Amino acid sequence: MPREGEPDKPSDFLTAVKEAAIAALVAFGLFVLLIGIRTDQGPTGALVFTTRFGALAAIVAGVFVATLLRALFWRRLTLSFGQIAPASVKNAVARLTNYAAAAFLVFALVVPIIFYGNRYLLDLGILIVTYTMLGFGLNIVVGLAGLLDLGYVAFYAVGAYSYALIAQYFGLSFWICLPLAGILAAFAGILLGFPVLRLRGDYLAIVTLGFGEIIRLILLNWQSLTGGPNGIPGIPRPSFFGLPFNNSEHGFAATFGLTYSPTHRIVFLYYIILALALLTNWVTLRLRRLPIGRAWEALREDEIACRALGVNTTTTKLTAFAMGAMFGGFAGAFFATRQGFISPESFTFTESALVLAIVVLGGMGSQLGVAVAATVMLGGFELFREFDQYRMLVFGAAMVAIVIYRPRGLVATRTPSVLLGKIKDIPAPIVRDARTETPA
Amino acid sequence: MEYFVQQLINGITLGSIYGLIAIGYTMVYGIVGMINFAHGDIFMVGAFLALIAFLVLVALGISTVPLALFIVLLVSMALTALYGWTVERIAYRPLRHSFRLAPLISAIGMSIVLQNYVQVAQGARVKPLPPLVHGGYTLFEGNDFAVRLSNIQIIIIITTIALMTGFSFLVARTRLGRNMRACEQDLKMAALVGIDVDRTISLTFVIGAALASVAGLMFLLYYGVVDFFIGFLAGVKAFTAAVLGGIGSLPGAMIGGILIGLIETMWSAYFSIEYKDVAAFAILIIVLIFLPTGLLGRPEVEKV
Repeated sequence: MPREGEPDKPSDFLTAVKEAAIAALVAFGLFVLLIGIRTDQGPTGALVFTTRFGALAAIVAGVFVATLLRALFWRRLTLSFGQIAPASVKNAVARLTNYAAAAFLVFALVVPIIFYGNRYLLDLGILIVTYTMLGFGLNIVVGLAGLLDLGYVAFYAVGAYSYALIAQYFGLSFWICLPLAGILAAFAGILLGFPVLRLRGDYLAIVTLGFGEIIRLILLNWQSLTGGPNGIPGIPRPSFFGLPFNNSEHGFAATFGLTYSPTHRIVFLYYIILALALLTNWVTLRLRRLPIGRAWEALREDEIACRALGVNTTTTKLTAFAMGAMFGGFAGAFFATRQGFISPESFTFTESALVLAIVVLGGMGSQLGVAVAATVMLGGFELFREFDQYRMLVFGAAMVAIVIYRPRGLVATRTPSVLLGKIKDIPAPIVRDARTETPA
Repeated sequence: MEYFVQQLINGITLGSIYGLIAIGYTMVYGIVGMINFAHGDIFMVGAFLALIAFLVLVALGISTVPLALFIVLLVSMALTALYGWTVERIAYRPLRHSFRLAPLISAIGMSIVLQNYVQVAQGARVKPLPPLVHGGYTLFEGNDFAVRLSNIQIIIIITTIALMTGFSFLVARTRLGRNMRACEQDLKMAALVGIDVDRTISLTFVIGAALASVAGLMFLLYYGVVDFFIGFLAGVKAFTAAVLGGIGSLPGAMIGGILIGLIETMWSAYFSIEYKDVAAFAILIIVLIFLPTGLLGRPEVEKV
């Protein structure tokens, strides 16, 4: 507990220096071998090492200074927005957040118009909306039903490979394959759901992780069907009501009397994924009002109470898995058609972790939060593209930092699904999860 | 038959490594009730620390293998333990009373951090180490197949047995072990009777990390190569071992580790080497369906 309001004693500085010295010592121990010495393969193939004591000294000094500053000034910085802002400002902010979702949606709709000439930004937009959609899908499983799924990428992979393989072997078009991919992914979800129904949270997480890896390993090793590590190339592109996006006489541009431009296809893809993401969002919002949605939320809060009240936990969990998986499958089919090429490399655990991070950091269960988190994270990834090797390092650290400092996510305002009377303003510290208690 | 005995020896060796990592999972789960997802990466860090410590020792002129190995073991245990302590201090302790999924998410973040930190600091390429321990014994010879027990396998198995014995003694007989067992039963009650819960949990992480670093050193000696990604698979398999043996149970972790090692080796030997990881994951799922408490675990009673 921070000792707020206590006057600073003169000994505080000494304590802070001592704390910083200990931190620097720990940092020295941590980094002396891994940073201070760099191993590389020499000309003979044996390992040789070079020393980097300068970098080591810099890091240790940095840790010392950072800990010192933190110990001296942190307490004054931790006054949160809620404590210093006057009520009128808070109300204005609250009113603004009400419009944030609408503003975000309008912005998403006009992105291709604003950035029409900028292919790079359009591609980034498609990527962000794809992950937003994946986030919405996973949100059903994690945010609503409270089942931690670390293998969500498996459904993404099933969707992508379903479309690629059906298109390759049966020559069906994207628009027929899209629902098929969703259905197949939903079946994969049910397949995974059955064995894991009896498991509690943490076990469930590991089993879903294992399932994700099993799918990836099968895709990697079943060479005769999936092409193994070489993947599937030449996946057909989607058409606009039968009009292909090419420079032919029957192409999209020629039919509408436009000059052919490859950007048309990109804009079209953007609107497809935006429509799919909005569909996911709409279905989620509707489902939350249905008995099944309420059962999910009840299940998340307390499984035993649910069972006592006669909720069938088996079907409830299964539908959550199937629903989430289906949207993952849609997104996967879209991914396949956008890339034109898929291989097992695109479906590693890192993807699952990224989508989970988007859901959790966005504030579990909050739809706007997911969209904001996807934008912030993928946008951040792009900003740091030049520091390629540090990206994942920063990503991991951000995941830890956000869960520690903002455990309820970046956007913690979740509109309740069912309202009894008026919303009351309850200060955040009073609100505690039913699950906060440590297990007995 | 000879082939089978050989696979048995290989499987037990591999299983010892998994078992040592599994202890870290099972202890932490027993006491804090969370899956320390970064534990596999702690194992990887331990292997890297051992590799670098060894190179430094050789450069300093200490090249007697037993002495060098002993020093490497101590250095790598101490520094990896420091990693275990730091991870707990930074990523898990602030979340002790947060919502249930928070520590797991933080652990996933920490795992990503450790992996990429080692990749940035030491490069993404595999690091080979020439075999240090040579020789071995031919146990018996069949028609055209000799069953061999190499010295490195003997070292691995004996070290594991020694560590397990020492560790069981620690848990059963020392004050720290008693505190750990008390925390495992009830954190709040343990705190009420005057046990320093934070310190006990920290030490649990320290011991788990030290054991994982021994596993890392042995992995390095046995396979001769490490890279920054070995922690993920080894971690998941060791967790499978902990679940198979019954999470929270120390002998269970060891037995589970050896079983997983045996299953993996036998699967590669008799079925297909490509699907050996699928076998490990499939076993995890099957065990959880039919034996949710594992082989030696106690059934968990959910209270309302």
